[in-house]
Amino acid sequence: MASFVSAVWAILRKDLAAEWRSRQLVTAMLVFVVLVIFIFAFTLDIDTLTRRQIAAGVLWTTFAFAGTLGLNRTLASEGERGSLDGLLLAPVERSAIYFGKTLANLFFMLVVEIFTLPLYAVFYDMNLAQPGLWLVLLLGSWCFCSVGMLLAAMAAQARSRELLLPVLLFPLVLPVLVSAVRASSAFLNGLGLEYALPSLNILIAYGIIMPALGFMFFDFIVEE
Amino acid sequence: MIQVKNLSKRFGYRMALHGVDLHVRRGEVVALLGPNGAGKSTLLRILAGLAQPTAGRVQVDGCLLPQQAAAARAQLGYLGHQPLLYDDLTADQNLDFFARLYNVPAPTQRITELLELVALDHRRREAVRGFSRGMQQRLALARALLHRPRVLLLDEPHSALDLQTADLLDEVLRAEARAGASILIASHDLGRVGGLVQRAELLADGRIAATLPKAKLGRMLPAHYERALEAANG
Repeated sequence: MASFVSAVWAILRKDLAAEWRSRQLVTAMLVFVVLVIFIFAFTLDIDTLTRRQIAAGVLWTTFAFAGTLGLNRTLASEGERGSLDGLLLAPVERSAIYFGKTLANLFFMLVVEIFTLPLYAVFYDMNLAQPGLWLVLLLGSWCFCSVGMLLAAMAAQARSRELLLPVLLFPLVLPVLVSAVRASSAFLNGLGLEYALPSLNILIAYGIIMPALGFMFFDFIVEE
Repeated sequence: MIQVKNLSKRFGYRMALHGVDLHVRRGEVVALLGPNGAGKSTLLRILAGLAQPTAGRVQVDGCLLPQQAAAARAQLGYLGHQPLLYDDLTADQNLDFFARLYNVPAPTQRITELLELVALDHRRREAVRGFSRGMQQRLALARALLHRPRVLLLDEPHSALDLQTADLLDEVLRAEARAGASILIASHDLGRVGGLVQRAELLADGRIAATLPKAKLGRMLPAHYERALEAANG
């Protein structure tokens, strides 16, 4: 168990260090999200009430596409330089690679969310001071990354991986996105926990089942 | 020690390896010679646990693959076509990362020792992105040796190396063999590996076509090698 945790930590640390030096991935995700916020804000000619009602949908659509950018690069960059083989050669549980990479992606996604949420607050009249909303963001992002990393590992071995990942990912992640939008909307519109609870339950279930599948099957997915 | 019995590998309809038998003892350096597409890299990837055999029995350092793959990987050093390094990390960070994965005791000391060995200690805090191909290959060698493996698998290790680096690599491999490591080198360059190995296995069209002892290797001219390959290809 200790070696599993230390392997996950080593992979997470390595991904964070590499990103800290290059700053490519998070920058690309941030630019994408900011552009989408501005495009929606200036092209949708709607009143403040409608704007507030669609805020959660816009929020999660943007984060999902930005997250896909991150997932696509995470394993693809390992594959291009052959460094994925370096990871697979290490005497660690291969599911440690899955968890290390999923946590790294979650971190990148959360950084993007934290930096761009104030912009959403301005353009969509959102109140960010709601713990429930932050819980949904954390849970939704975890679910998205845990499903996405499994599929990114499958797509990494294909030639047209950049095209393949979104095609595989979005049908599977649809329940996550729908639940995250509903739960976020409930909190943003001040409806309270009881309206958000069914969606939160789906997110919790997904957030347990998908990592469990990753733990069991990642070894087979990355095997040639 | 490496022991392979009746190993076959199929990719779709194509047989990449047919009934390969191979044995590399402790302290022995063996070359796997053959033209491009002969199956050398496939054999090395199977031995490294990066690919699964279709049939046959593979043992690396006494561990049966794929059942005891994790234990085998702990004793295995692999140097492939690509350096398996991270461009955005420094030489130090790359080795530190792998030292953590391999649970290397006293990692800082071991990293310094290896960086000195491959003459990269003065560039240890620089990102690998700025390294030449030869420097990357030297760092990859340090990565492969980091956990003191008992089995070394090298796939065309001399390609793109300058003479000085290639000599350094040979010197390191001789030292590892003296220390008891089993070393298998896949190459198509008989001239480069001829002086290093005790024996060569000639792989052609996925089969071991001939075993060439050191005495024969020393006398073998490139033309003889070509003829041996042609004969092996039938």
